[in-house]
Amino acid sequence: MNFKSTIGFEVHFELKTKSKIFSPSPVSYGAKPNTETNVIDWGMPGVLPYVNKDVYRLGIMVALATHSHILPTTHFDRKNYYYPDSPKAYQITQFFQPLARDGYVEIEVHGKKKRIGIHEMHIEEDAGKNTHGTNGFSYVDLNRQGVPLLEVVSEPEISDPDEGYAYLEKLRKIVQFTGASDVKMEEGSMRVDTNISIRPAGQKELGTKVEMKNLNSFEHVRKSLAYEEKRQAQVLLSGGRVQISTRRFDEATGKTVLERVKEGDADYRYFPEPDIAPDHISDEWIEEIKSSLPRSAEERYNQYVNEFGLKEYDANVLLQTKESSDFFDKTVAAGADPQLAANWMNTQVNGYLNDNRVELADIKLTPENLAAMIKLIKDGTISSKIAKKVFAETIANGTDPKKYVEDQGMVQLSDTSVLEPMVKEVVDNNPQSVEDFKNGKDRAIGFLVGQIMKQTRGKANPKVINQLLNDELQKR
Amino acid sequence: MNYLNEDIDSLNEKLAQGTLSADKLAQDTVENIKKTDEKLNAWITVQEDAKPDEDLDFANNKLAGIPIAIKDNIITKDVKTTAASHILDNYIPVYDATVIDRLKKAHVTFVGKTNMDEFAMGSSTEHSYFGATHNPWDFDKVPGGSSGGSAAAVAAGQVVAALGSDTGGSIRQPSAFNGIFGIKPTYGRVSRWGLIAFASSLDEIGVMSKRAKTSAQVLNVIAGADDHDSTLSTRAVPDFTEYIGKDVKGLRVAVVKEYMDAVDGEMHEVIQKQIDVLKDAGAIINEVSLPLTKYVVPDYYIIASSEASSNLQRFDGIRYGYRAEDAKNLLDVYVKSRSEGFGEEVQRRILLGSFALSAGSYDRFFRQASKVRTLICNDFDKIFADNDVIVGPTTTTPAFNIGSEISDPIKMYNNDILTISANLAGIPAASVPAGLVDGMPVGLQVMAKRFDEGSIFQVADFIERNNKFYEKTPAGMED
Repeated sequence: MNFKSTIGFEVHFELKTKSKIFSPSPVSYGAKPNTETNVIDWGMPGVLPYVNKDVYRLGIMVALATHSHILPTTHFDRKNYYYPDSPKAYQITQFFQPLARDGYVEIEVHGKKKRIGIHEMHIEEDAGKNTHGTNGFSYVDLNRQGVPLLEVVSEPEISDPDEGYAYLEKLRKIVQFTGASDVKMEEGSMRVDTNISIRPAGQKELGTKVEMKNLNSFEHVRKSLAYEEKRQAQVLLSGGRVQISTRRFDEATGKTVLERVKEGDADYRYFPEPDIAPDHISDEWIEEIKSSLPRSAEERYNQYVNEFGLKEYDANVLLQTKESSDFFDKTVAAGADPQLAANWMNTQVNGYLNDNRVELADIKLTPENLAAMIKLIKDGTISSKIAKKVFAETIANGTDPKKYVEDQGMVQLSDTSVLEPMVKEVVDNNPQSVEDFKNGKDRAIGFLVGQIMKQTRGKANPKVINQLLNDELQKR
Repeated sequence: MNYLNEDIDSLNEKLAQGTLSADKLAQDTVENIKKTDEKLNAWITVQEDAKPDEDLDFANNKLAGIPIAIKDNIITKDVKTTAASHILDNYIPVYDATVIDRLKKAHVTFVGKTNMDEFAMGSSTEHSYFGATHNPWDFDKVPGGSSGGSAAAVAAGQVVAALGSDTGGSIRQPSAFNGIFGIKPTYGRVSRWGLIAFASSLDEIGVMSKRAKTSAQVLNVIAGADDHDSTLSTRAVPDFTEYIGKDVKGLRVAVVKEYMDAVDGEMHEVIQKQIDVLKDAGAIINEVSLPLTKYVVPDYYIIASSEASSNLQRFDGIRYGYRAEDAKNLLDVYVKSRSEGFGEEVQRRILLGSFALSAGSYDRFFRQASKVRTLICNDFDKIFADNDVIVGPTTTTPAFNIGSEISDPIKMYNNDILTISANLAGIPAASVPAGLVDGMPVGLQVMAKRFDEGSIFQVADFIERNNKFYEKTPAGMED
């Protein structure tokens, strides 16, 4: 019997705001426990939430980038439950009415394009974090309490694990290039829950859904879905029934493991949040956000490949992060040759970042300096050999390459009136090489170039010397 | 000394003239509270070291150095704030409510926190962890609630003004029972930042005093936009004292049939007399009907209890407040701390609200109640299209005996029938003394459209000047 899979996703993105969604506490990753909290985050008696409007802006960006319909009035609800990391014992979320709905993203799998619908996306606050000590105590860190989240819920329109993988990749890229979230799974700024059901081919109604929460990587998502497809098929083929349940992916075995069986939904007693007045999201505001929306990865890719003539591989490397793509765009905007800029970005700059385990934002290299250096190479002021020295200095200390080259006397010697006498002298002093050259030994010319490079301490323009040497040797 | 015959103006005059110092005023106030409160129990915390600010400008600031009472569900930094609950009986806040912040900037003198029904749930101030408050007109009677401590303190002359909070009548009903003025402003007029939430969509901080003008002076200071409360209106706050001393000629006054039908005998006569006074002064009296009045009590108790069940979840024994000592695991911490920390009435409302919100009940109760609430709002809008104010009785009876209703919650809830609608509709409403029935005060309720507290002050002040109830001294305070 053939089975069809139906896969859905609930993806949480941490929105990249400076402060929390309902309090002025700062948001940053890895701060000391409870240092980024105030009376609101602690759920002290008498406090009220106050919406950080930047959360709307970032959410709207993602809504626009996924062609979603934005609702004109905002509305929040309370989800009630007790847990020590939830100081009010309710989460403020959007249950009855989301921020936006009915969007889509387009994926491509094995050369086939497909639209995956986005059911809705809503804003909510994150909870704090509980940790259990070995001393019998449990600890609560409320730094994360109130960090803004955008939950993107897909339509159940994904039919195999590869499509699921492609959907996540695409969604991540879209959100990443709006700049609304850091989308780092390892830091929790992107969190993936998925669900899958299977049904016999030809059957209309969907099968029983199994959920998997907080998967670590897209690869784990793909593997766990593939495993579930097989497992559920076996259950059905052997006459069993799939249980409504939550399962966990076990990295070591590559299998999913039952975590808990759902017996009716938990009762969260949702009701409208009375402490937050509705906000109106005007068309003007949406237009304003639309016009400030950064270019999508897709748009950039097309420009890189079609306009700049970059190889697909190079374009994709540049587009791995919004930061690197932005850096590249700025370098080109500052006058750099796109191909050279791409080469330097993808080899030297990336190499430096990897070696030093730093990020683009942390280094002293600016797009302007990189562009200036590339211009010096392009116009022959420096050789690519010298360029490596200049680059090392610029990236380490932020030095202006042009000034550095001048100060260090690194300007390439291309002036024939200076080089011609040197060429003559070298040829005069090495009769053997002249002989070799006449006998067709090409190596001879390399030796003579080396001699001149030695004398000029590498500054001579190799192209010019080659030309001059050839001319001189022909004369002999 | 007591302030039975004082108000902000009269105290300010003495302070400005130098016949009374702010220090002496503060000391006398504290001493008088200690002396008189043995019989009243109007206070949970008395700040014996109360000290006025220095360099007070009595000429330009009438509130300077005036002792004011604060209901104990309003957060005061470094001063114990309990909401009259065991669960917070040792809670010292680390911040100030917006209203406190504004009163501090106005340099009033803080003398302490007043008794109330636990978490403002009640109509008698009997549901307090710190014991019942007694009515200064008759110590065997309740002062009403939940702002019973604030009302008794003002009526007994312990202070000239007090802050209260009103979710279903908690300012107006005790004001009526104690023969004082008390106003619940428009929802969205006074910041709720720092008010320990009972029902967020209904709660409002207001003022209680013997004279309407005193409340207008305090409301001038505490009202107005605040970034901490997004449900607050940003509209400008008028000078409410400008509505004092006016006549009522041509004012369109609606009298609700269902409200008048709720009172009889002497009570009806006293209220009718006040309406006649307005009529005689040239006001236009229109009889109107609010047929949904019979639904307001259940409607209110569903909405208020639902919100309360969620608002009170934060009192979980984890971060602050009472934690049961013998809790062995997380569930124990929650269940035992809350079972031991909350009083019976609070637990009743949490259960009621949790039920109304639960899956399967939400549509039948909470959603229905929200719809009824919208209809009630619409009815008020219709009345205010043709009328400036609504007047009628604040309560159905004068103050009842302590202990007489505490075992009958439904009877207790039904006491609120005349005050609840203003909270559901978010409109401003006040109670002004109307007269005595069997020796106990009763109040005239005055309601107006949203943000028109001005008309309320105008009518209340007119009534007050006419019946001069403020000249009366509560029986228990005569010596």
